[in-house]
Amino acid sequence: MEEIIQYLFSGITTGAIYAVIAVGLSMLYSSTELINFAHGEFVMVGAMGLVTLWVHLAWPLPLAIAGTIALGCALGLLFERFAIRTARSPQPIVLVIITVGASIFLRGLGMIAWGKDPFSVPPFSSHDSIEILGAALLPQSLWIVAAAVALAGGIHFFLKKSLTGKAMVACAVNKKAAWLTGIPSERMAVLAFAISTGCGAVAGIFIAPITMSSYDMGTILGLKGFCAAMIGGLGSLWGAFAGGILLGVLESLGAGLISSGLKDAIAFILLLLILYVRPGGLFSAKEAKRF
Amino acid sequence: MDDNKNKIRLENGIFIAVVLALGLLTDNTYYLQIMTFIGINTLLTLGLNMLMGYAGQISLGHAAFYGIGAYTTAILSTTYGFSPWTALCLSVGLAVAVAFVVGLPTLRLEGYYLGMGTLGFGMIITILFREWSSVTGGASGFVGIPVLEAGPVSFMSGRNYYFLVWGTVLIALLICRRILSSRMGRALRSIHDGEKAALAVGVNTHFLKLQIFMFSAALGAVAGFLYAHFVLFISPESFGFMVSVKMVTMVVIGGMASVWGALLGASLLTLLPEVLHGFAEYEMIIFGLILMVVMIFLPQGLTRGFLDMYQAARKKQ
Repeated sequence: MEEIIQYLFSGITTGAIYAVIAVGLSMLYSSTELINFAHGEFVMVGAMGLVTLWVHLAWPLPLAIAGTIALGCALGLLFERFAIRTARSPQPIVLVIITVGASIFLRGLGMIAWGKDPFSVPPFSSHDSIEILGAALLPQSLWIVAAAVALAGGIHFFLKKSLTGKAMVACAVNKKAAWLTGIPSERMAVLAFAISTGCGAVAGIFIAPITMSSYDMGTILGLKGFCAAMIGGLGSLWGAFAGGILLGVLESLGAGLISSGLKDAIAFILLLLILYVRPGGLFSAKEAKRF
Repeated sequence: MDDNKNKIRLENGIFIAVVLALGLLTDNTYYLQIMTFIGINTLLTLGLNMLMGYAGQISLGHAAFYGIGAYTTAILSTTYGFSPWTALCLSVGLAVAVAFVVGLPTLRLEGYYLGMGTLGFGMIITILFREWSSVTGGASGFVGIPVLEAGPVSFMSGRNYYFLVWGTVLIALLICRRILSSRMGRALRSIHDGEKAALAVGVNTHFLKLQIFMFSAALGAVAGFLYAHFVLFISPESFGFMVSVKMVTMVVIGGMASVWGALLGASLLTLLPEVLHGFAEYEMIIFGLILMVVMIFLPQGLTRGFLDMYQAARKKQ
């Protein structure tokens, strides 16, 4: 019993990270219909940015976090401006290859900037682990879950309450119609890009203390993020969030109870099952495909 | 029509002459080795090109079939002592069977969903290679794969292997050409241009896509077989996600829907890392940049892109 609770704790922790990655991807997909294969690299930038600013340059933690998120957003904007918007033919397959190229490019950049050695980051608060029903809960896990909920909630309120957010939803539903009503749809796409890559950086920041960070950590995290977004329903904010948590928990239980070798396969097996049984994702309504 | 036939004959003739000349005139084993890898990659690209360029279906997990070919022949010929040629038949059979089972539900998906479905399949196969270590050797790889032999000829030397690989490429090229000029090829193009319209005029699109998927899986398995008996050591990384991506890139860079584009794409992307080796640190950056730049400015790929530029320049004059 204690074991299962322990698995649940660690599953929810990694699940919250997947959820943040998936929310970023899904956000971008719903407003630009683009799947960004370089998303995982922004997670890497987040983790490595924190390593540099907080550990090496000894900035105060809140400042380092803000700086790293700003770095993620800025890189995302550059990427949108120079790679996506200049593309002559915006077909899905062309855009997929461009983002794949960007992911290799960013990984190469990361390798030169930070070298090949992995780094570790201390936890944000150095309290002892909390004991619940015989299982240990790390304070860092609480940070991660809180950050994920705050981020998803923030985006939710931004989209539902603020004018800019509503304009973004309008663009996601129908770009042309939104443009006709005077919404600058191009600017909305840019904004979606910045928020999405910023989410990637947030995921990197919060995962850094619980794992080793290196230039090549992004790919598998990015792919897991896709799986989570697809499982929950691509383009649905809370669907992607729930997909992330579900994936994290199932991975942790599968690795603990069945075999640790199975851990990475679970995401993809789930993905295939979902695609065959319910391609829209678990939480998608039939009609409303987005947001 | 006759004109077209002559053109194809001429192209094939030039291809054979170039392959023979390069093979006979090169003595450097390193060059022969690289050209052999280009041949293996061309086989992979030809198959994927049929699926992507003509049927318009993306696969982000195609390295799985490459891996199935390589691992099946490695396990059968090393662990169980089969003759490699029997192993070849069995590995192609297995790849085609897997393609059938996987393609049946997956090819009903479209666009990004198909991409993700094939990606998931590819990842599962790589993880299987890595985790089933009692059979596949696990992450440290599979060693001791036997050298190919056919009667008195041993395919140990670089040149023999070069001709074996490029002979296979030639056969694959002719088969692809044959398929494309047949009724099936026309039906394939109709899927690419508009699947619903193709369905409306009576093309069984799902079955056709499945057939092409199985065909490209077979070519992938042959390439895997040739790879395994050439390098004599295989490990899961050689068939992972990045390799699938590289295959898609070869198809797209070379130019989709063109058999020569497949050859060009495979050659360029095989040579590029070799050329960039001097810049080891910057290799990834340059590789990523080239991918992005080509796709941003020449989305049709190099062959079509250059042809268009050439024609535009001629019109201006």
